[in-house]
Amino acid sequence: MNIVALVKYSRDVTEIKVDPATSELRTAGVPERVGLIDKNVVEAAVRLKEATGAGLKVIALAPATARDSFKDVLAMGVDEVVLIEDPFDGEAEAGIVVRLLEAAIRKLDPVDVVLCGFASDDGYSFQVGPRLAERLRRPLLAYARGITPEGGGLRVEQNLDDRMQTVTAPLPALVSIDEEAFPPRRTTLMDALKAKKKPVNVWGIETELGLSRADLESSARIADTRLTGVVVRRQQRVLKGQDLGAMADELIDALEQAGVLKGAA
Amino acid sequence: MERFDVIVVGAGPAGATAGRALAQAGLNVLVVERAATPGAKNVSGGLLYSRAVAEVYPEFWKHAPIERAIAAHQIVMLGEHTSTALDFRSAQAATPPFNAFSVLRAKLDPWLATQAEEAGASLISGVNVDALLVENGRVVGIQAGPDQIGADVVVVAEGTAGLLLKQAGLRGPHNPHDVSLGVKEVIALPPDVIEERFQCDAETGAAYTLVGSTGGVEGGGFIYTNKASLSVGVVVKIDSLYASGRHPHEILDAFKAHPLVQRLVRGGEVVEYSAQTVHRGGFHLATQLVGDGYVVAGSAARLLVNNVLTLRGMDFAITSAVEAAQAILQARFAGSYTAATLGNYVERLKATSIYQDWRTFKDAYGLMENPRLFSLYPDLAGEVLERLLTADTKPGSKALGALSEALKGKASWLTLSQDMLQIARGMVL
Repeated sequence: MNIVALVKYSRDVTEIKVDPATSELRTAGVPERVGLIDKNVVEAAVRLKEATGAGLKVIALAPATARDSFKDVLAMGVDEVVLIEDPFDGEAEAGIVVRLLEAAIRKLDPVDVVLCGFASDDGYSFQVGPRLAERLRRPLLAYARGITPEGGGLRVEQNLDDRMQTVTAPLPALVSIDEEAFPPRRTTLMDALKAKKKPVNVWGIETELGLSRADLESSARIADTRLTGVVVRRQQRVLKGQDLGAMADELIDALEQAGVLKGAA
Repeated sequence: MERFDVIVVGAGPAGATAGRALAQAGLNVLVVERAATPGAKNVSGGLLYSRAVAEVYPEFWKHAPIERAIAAHQIVMLGEHTSTALDFRSAQAATPPFNAFSVLRAKLDPWLATQAEEAGASLISGVNVDALLVENGRVVGIQAGPDQIGADVVVVAEGTAGLLLKQAGLRGPHNPHDVSLGVKEVIALPPDVIEERFQCDAETGAAYTLVGSTGGVEGGGFIYTNKASLSVGVVVKIDSLYASGRHPHEILDAFKAHPLVQRLVRGGEVVEYSAQTVHRGGFHLATQLVGDGYVVAGSAARLLVNNVLTLRGMDFAITSAVEAAQAILQARFAGSYTAATLGNYVERLKATSIYQDWRTFKDAYGLMENPRLFSLYPDLAGEVLERLLTADTKPGSKALGALSEALKGKASWLTLSQDMLQIARGMVL
């Protein structure tokens, strides 16, 4: 069995600041790293590898200079990283990303299980999983909180917000994992030493994937033009009542005035 | 058990330099760093004196991520309402081999670590070394989580806390009296604003050493110019800080609120806040540098030259690492890694100029314990100059008279003379 985990090399969202004047996101100079959701994807993939004895590769879209950023991923138990050298600097539209990933997965065939996150840390578009499943003509098992090999296929517990649903599907399949369902393991010094010997292979989109940049660009239908933060204003009021009872009355009055509480005595 | 010829604990300036030197000599070297990337956990004022470093990394300023060449030094006494400064500018310090650079360790340390890796050392980041493995009093390797790794010799370059050495029973605890707390902010400002405020150009910058305005707690402040930020901080004696009952950030806030400092930092955005205890590094507190199976380098060995005017930790760390590596190579040739064979490190280190500077300025240590230096004299200097420079409507007096007036009720002539003698012993004579 062969597993491929899709990992996004993304901006560290905790480092993004909002320009107070324009509300635009200051993304320049924000460090990039393997996303947190993506580390969860790797954890899910490594657990499946351990349960089945499968081979496990990671496909990542990143600049070639990011090679060293995958040490942790390799230390967690991945056999090999395929780094698709991103000609779009992380700005490619989801449709293009899906075509790149599809080409890489087909090149690695046979691939029985493709694992990805329900969304990426930074883009958060929720598109790659469903669109890639469609292009690969595979069943999509989304929002997985549990993945178990069963009868030559997979049994997956899906988090559908208001309920959990257990489904089974034959292979090949594509599984997107739910948020925080697979907290990444701590790696040890020996894991890290072993990871040093594992390969990170850099693939060019034209040389290895046989795609043309011009063709990919012409297929883009949506262009990002502006990215702004949504400003949430919080009120701060200090309750000045003499004792707890007075403060409680004051709080209730304030909440009533704000329209949060209705019908209070 | 997995084995290396040498294990280096810590990838700061000392660890990376030792790793590089030993890998260059063909040894199988493992460097273990607890931060996710070297420098990420570090707190350092960020002034790197360059002459000794250039002997190890020739013309490093052409390759390494440095911020600005420090061509202006300001020594400032901050009184409550005054500031009295010595402003030194040098064209020589703005050209090779320079004197000092401002650096940001989050950038410098990864570069140093890369030099070690390119020489062939294996760098593992994000792994904490939990203990030194000791057998019959001899260090034989390290314990990191579930893993034990063996080595002929361990280079302990773990930084100022020295936890591994303490835990292994190879060193006693710090005496609070000998420890300071550094609190630092990195404040972002546009390069052109920095260049205008500090009167420098695009490549050069200024270093301020400030005494006073630390709430009467013994210590001092610093302001260093980076390319697009300032490193601003205070370093105060930890026992005095504790006795004062004040929080470290209060001391830093009070320092930043002094009009002189406020004018230099205003409008900037605080992008980083950090704090770190640091051993004061007195010469008389020099520790054991070698033992059976290990050597200690950098601030883990409490190597720090502090003579009020200059604070040299990073270049001392790099120098010590080079000497430690050379001693290890000699011990390897002899085929034995005992305290006796590794002891050559101590002899080599004693022959370096920075070690001799450390000894030369050994009396400066006591200066930092004189509270009048930090509370009385900055105000006194301001008051005397105020009297001399103010054309008052009442009759004034000459300098000595002004000093006498200013001293009244604060300190005796005897105390003043004794303090002047102490300052002279520490820095002048």
